[in-house]
Amino acid sequence: MKVGRRVLATLFAAAIAAAPFAAQQAVGQGKAPVVKYKIVDEDSIPESLTGKPGDPEKGKKWAIAGRLGHCIACHVMPVDQPYMGEVGPSLVGVASRYEAGQLRMLIVNPKVINEDTMMPAFYKADGFHRVRKAFVGTTMLSAQQVEDIVAYLMTLKEEEKD
Amino acid sequence: MLRKSIAAAALAAFVIGVVSGAAADDKPLEPWERKENHVKPPKDSPLDYLVSGYWFRTPKTRALQDDDFENPAFLWVETAEIEWTKVDGKAGKACASCHQTAEKSMKGVSARYPVYSARDKKLIAVQHQVNHCRKNYMKAKTWKWESDKMLGMAAYIGLQSRGMPVNVSIDGPARPFFEAGKAFYHERRGQFDLACKHCHQANFGQYIRADFLSQGHSNGFPTYRLKWQKLGSLHRRFRGCNNNIRAIPYKRGSPEYTNLELYLAWRGLGLKVETPSVRQ
Repeated sequence: MKVGRRVLATLFAAAIAAAPFAAQQAVGQGKAPVVKYKIVDEDSIPESLTGKPGDPEKGKKWAIAGRLGHCIACHVMPVDQPYMGEVGPSLVGVASRYEAGQLRMLIVNPKVINEDTMMPAFYKADGFHRVRKAFVGTTMLSAQQVEDIVAYLMTLKEEEKD
Repeated sequence: MLRKSIAAAALAAFVIGVVSGAAADDKPLEPWERKENHVKPPKDSPLDYLVSGYWFRTPKTRALQDDDFENPAFLWVETAEIEWTKVDGKAGKACASCHQTAEKSMKGVSARYPVYSARDKKLIAVQHQVNHCRKNYMKAKTWKWESDKMLGMAAYIGLQSRGMPVNVSIDGPARPFFEAGKAFYHERRGQFDLACKHCHQANFGQYIRADFLSQGHSNGFPTYRLKWQKLGSLHRRFRGCNNNIRAIPYKRGSPEYTNLELYLAWRGLGLKVETPSVRQ
């Protein structure tokens, strides 16, 4: 595992080189007012935040991109990326364990489910302490980006074994 | 329903943990996991054992620290050694005018800093004291916190405690400052909504992206950080952490960061001073 990390260091450098592109796309993405959503059963947001379906291809991009979802910072995912984090649970086969509404809730604000979690709320614009000026009143992801990531995660089904 | 599935997942993880724990004999322990590198934590510590950031780094980085001729921090230390005896300011004094040889007079000083200063009625770090001397006794210009001269002097003074256990006092007048530092450590901040504890208490020994998380001890500062390509202060590192989680950082030398410095030193009570260390 260690050796693999080192071998993949060059790939990581390539990922850094791609980061400005992601950053450019991030600008302004989360500045729209937060849309209202309804929590069901204390752990689910069954309805789409935008009323539109998510795009799983885009969702995969946001899940990898630094400064956006950057899910791989903390979660292992079934993607070809070096340096995937391990402080969160693996997202391999996550669609077999959660419903879309539950994943949406976890991305929007996981503290609703576990107030001690270290996972950030990706669709919350206020109630934080000492946020840097550039990020005041913004959400880490736009509503549509949340939907794209939910759509992508829902493609991650556990392979059925014989 | 989700709560239940999380509980089930936690139970499953626990069972797997127990099973893999039994099989762990096959896999050699990482340096930071080895008992011989652990230090007994102070009373009331939230950690089961203390382990220096040194043991979380690669053999190559550790080798740089192990050899004073290879350790780039010594470029700053050597300059500070010359500075120590150099007269500066209107009073015509050098550090050595009052403190003679640093090897004797500064021995153990950094191990017990930051300290409560009855004179200033506040908690002070080594850098505060250096500037107090420069301003009041040498009548010289004060140094900026992150200047090469201040970094070098703090490292040179720290070097005189190298190998000695961190030994700060958190009792008496230092207590309120310790409590403030402790509160800082546990307080969520920034858009990422993280507290120090989330990474350095709950998840040391794990990766966040390419960052391998340590227990976040202060016993090696100022440190030569490979990422910075220079010597840097603990307060610079605090600013980096705060910025990364999209929180407004405090100023270097601020009461907030000095309080946090005391709390961190207590968390690492008993670890050996490694100044000037080398980190990734």
